[in-house]
Amino acid sequence: MVADLMSVVDWSRAQFAMTAAYHWLFVPLTLGLSILCAVMETAYVRTGNEEWLRTTKFWMRLFAVNFAIGVATGLILEFEFGTNWSNYSHFVGDIFGAPLAIEGIMAFFLEATFFAVMFFGWGRVSRGFHLASTWLTAIGANLSALWILVANAWMQYPIGCTFNPATVRYEMTSFFDVLLSPVAINKFSHTVTSSFVLSAVFVLGVSAWYLLRGCERSMAERSIKVAAVFGLVFSLVAALSGDRSGAVVADVQPMKLAAMEALYDGRERAPLTLIGVLRPEAEREAGDVYRFDVEIPAMLSFMSYRDADAYVAGINDLVDGNAERGIMSVSEKMERGRRAIGELARYREALRRGDEAEAAAIARSFDPAASEGAAFLKDYFAYLGYGYLTSPRESVPNVPMVFYSFRIMVGAGVFFIALFAAVAWFLRRGMLARSRWLLRIMIWSVPLAYLASEAGWVVTEMGRQPWAIQNLMPVSVAISSMSIASVKTTFFVLLALFTALLAAELSIMFKQISIGPDKK
Amino acid sequence: MITLSFLQHYWWFIISLLGALFVFLMFVQGGQSLLYTLGCTADGRELIASALGRKWELTFTTLVTFGGAFFASFPLFYSTSFGGAYYVWFAILFVFVIQAVAYEYRRKPANLFGERTFNAFLIINGLLGPLLSGIAVGTFFTGANFTVDRSNMVLLGGDMIISRWMSPWHGLEAVADYRNVCLGVAVVLLSQLLALHFFINNIDDEGIRRRASRRSVPTALLFLCFFSVFVASILLSTGYGYDPATGVVSAVKDKYLKNFIDMPAVAAVFLVGVVAVLCGIVLGAKRSRRAVWFSGAGSILAVLGLLLCAGWNDTCYYPSLSDPASSLTIADSSSSEFTLKAMGVVSLFIPVVVAYIWYVWRALTKPITVCDLDSDGH
Repeated sequence: MVADLMSVVDWSRAQFAMTAAYHWLFVPLTLGLSILCAVMETAYVRTGNEEWLRTTKFWMRLFAVNFAIGVATGLILEFEFGTNWSNYSHFVGDIFGAPLAIEGIMAFFLEATFFAVMFFGWGRVSRGFHLASTWLTAIGANLSALWILVANAWMQYPIGCTFNPATVRYEMTSFFDVLLSPVAINKFSHTVTSSFVLSAVFVLGVSAWYLLRGCERSMAERSIKVAAVFGLVFSLVAALSGDRSGAVVADVQPMKLAAMEALYDGRERAPLTLIGVLRPEAEREAGDVYRFDVEIPAMLSFMSYRDADAYVAGINDLVDGNAERGIMSVSEKMERGRRAIGELARYREALRRGDEAEAAAIARSFDPAASEGAAFLKDYFAYLGYGYLTSPRESVPNVPMVFYSFRIMVGAGVFFIALFAAVAWFLRRGMLARSRWLLRIMIWSVPLAYLASEAGWVVTEMGRQPWAIQNLMPVSVAISSMSIASVKTTFFVLLALFTALLAAELSIMFKQISIGPDKK
Repeated sequence: MITLSFLQHYWWFIISLLGALFVFLMFVQGGQSLLYTLGCTADGRELIASALGRKWELTFTTLVTFGGAFFASFPLFYSTSFGGAYYVWFAILFVFVIQAVAYEYRRKPANLFGERTFNAFLIINGLLGPLLSGIAVGTFFTGANFTVDRSNMVLLGGDMIISRWMSPWHGLEAVADYRNVCLGVAVVLLSQLLALHFFINNIDDEGIRRRASRRSVPTALLFLCFFSVFVASILLSTGYGYDPATGVVSAVKDKYLKNFIDMPAVAAVFLVGVVAVLCGIVLGAKRSRRAVWFSGAGSILAVLGLLLCAGWNDTCYYPSLSDPASSLTIADSSSSEFTLKAMGVVSLFIPVVVAYIWYVWRALTKPITVCDLDSDGH
């Protein structure tokens, strides 16, 4: 039975990851390009220059092609929480469902309604109304991102909730704790600004292609001017929010930080590895981590705790415990988690027997207002999820995947800052169209931006494994009652569908770009 | 006084309203299914696609919001039905995914699969979207094969899943109940009827308007047949109710008929909706542009009345055929009072949303002509 469940877990994870990866190919461009279109249309309305209108309409056309497939993949993602993660949906639906509903009511309708004006309103509504619609579409898209990222942040850092043994689920106690948690704020700012960066790189890449071909120079240079400034500003903001995210991860998800840095043995003045090649797992666990690496001394300690001398826990410390540093072992957490589950089992059994007195007595253990409840919740129930683990090593995520993805993301981010600055400088000097090497770099930066964007999500999601909800519910407990064959079937159907649609999308995009702004 | 019970009823109303709006907005699907039937020429098909292409996002968004709101307000339904009737829900999602890209890609050069393939996507979505949605909603009355046991979460090393589906068909078994099929076919025909009325209102082409009006009569008659069979069979069948004090579920003869008798306001909403649809049918036959407003408003009211009948008055809105005690009710499957209240505040934005949708709809409502096709944004 457990073996079967594990296989279903693997396929369910694969299906969700595949859907999310496809969805995230399209969403970042929607978030940033919608704003870039709004900025360009604003320039048109302010100046009355028809060239701005032509430029705006061209980018809007690419936006629409991308938007449609983003919407399609997003629909599947929302419902997969129910179809493939049934236990999860029950266990935390009271908290997790709210941001999804708010997203629909406050953001999707805004986006969908004004999207229609954005595309069908030319000549039918006033210039001002059209411009407002374009901005509202952009705001709707980014509001949508806010709510889904709030939901995701809560999975990384569950806060503002309490456990109800009668319903066997977590229930929300503070909406604003959920909305304004440090993880939510950083996740939103970092994800959205990095999406703006991707969009700016996309605009630069496409515009550079025109300049290399020696056509559409006016449109391309206007687009580059907007995108370079937009990209430079937001790549710096993304770097700052990324730095802040790292500090928050150190605080709330120390295992993820240790995996990001492949830090096995904790230390003071921990170095930050700039680049490195990892050895096989057994050697890493024994202390020989890298075949090759370049480090900055004490930088990890400083970035994590704003103190170069600070101690950063390693994977081995977190798994085996470190009494000197006050770190509890995973084995101990598993014991405590099992005791919490046992207490819950006693409560359910009392209810089943109809023994209300005993049920009420046990329920006090789950009441944060009662003294015994506060202690039990802190000392035992906080480790509920660990009770479901089968071995301490299960708490360690896939280190190479997280380690390399993190470096791709950060390395690309630093490169983009330099790229935007260089493009802005060359453009200002009037040398950009002649700098063919830079134009080629701009074009090849587009796939790099997508790779970095996907890598960011790999760090976030793979880094928190095995948890569906940090410390409370591992993915192995979150699943639906499905056969492997059923999940495999839908996995391959969706894979074929998304791949076919992606191929169509890319083909249309390339064709639209080659046609240029004047024809469809 | 805002109690948990009040909030549960309020949120069932919101869910029912979203469901009713979704049924109305499926005129987009109905129109797609008539793409070749009604659009005899290439220009005719473009007029139909263009008229519907300005509205499809609203249907899609309503579906997404319906899912999100159901998740937030009744998470146990979300986990039980979506995780159990797996094939049905995935089939519904699949046909909506292919619709989402079809409008944007069908006429674009280099779309790889050709315009006919994307038109086929629209027709598949147009027929299967309403059919499967109707069958799925039918199970709110006819029930499904599942069990729910929250204690499973403590079975370490065992079967820890709370909601289990007892049929290996994972939802497809719903087609074995003629009542679900009747509702599914009725929703297909209603979506087509609404689409025909929408075309009469929104397309400035004499040929299409004439064909739409002519076709609306047999479509309406067929719809009335299937809808009547469904309603009659539901009203006269045994449903499940629960005791609000103890939560004990029991079978109740003519449960839905009793619900209408116990809740005359809900019955009135349903009947006014039916009468409005009938008025819309008559106006549509006379080629009146106002037909869609009557049939549209009527559809919303009739579906709202039916869904309220399924969930209010201590009724099990998702009866379990495997274990009646596992049946879902608004009392035991809802979110907590805190969450429902917080979401209630958010729901106050809905009138604002409706207002701007209405404003935009009016701003873009001028009937489209062949001349408009060249200036289309897409």
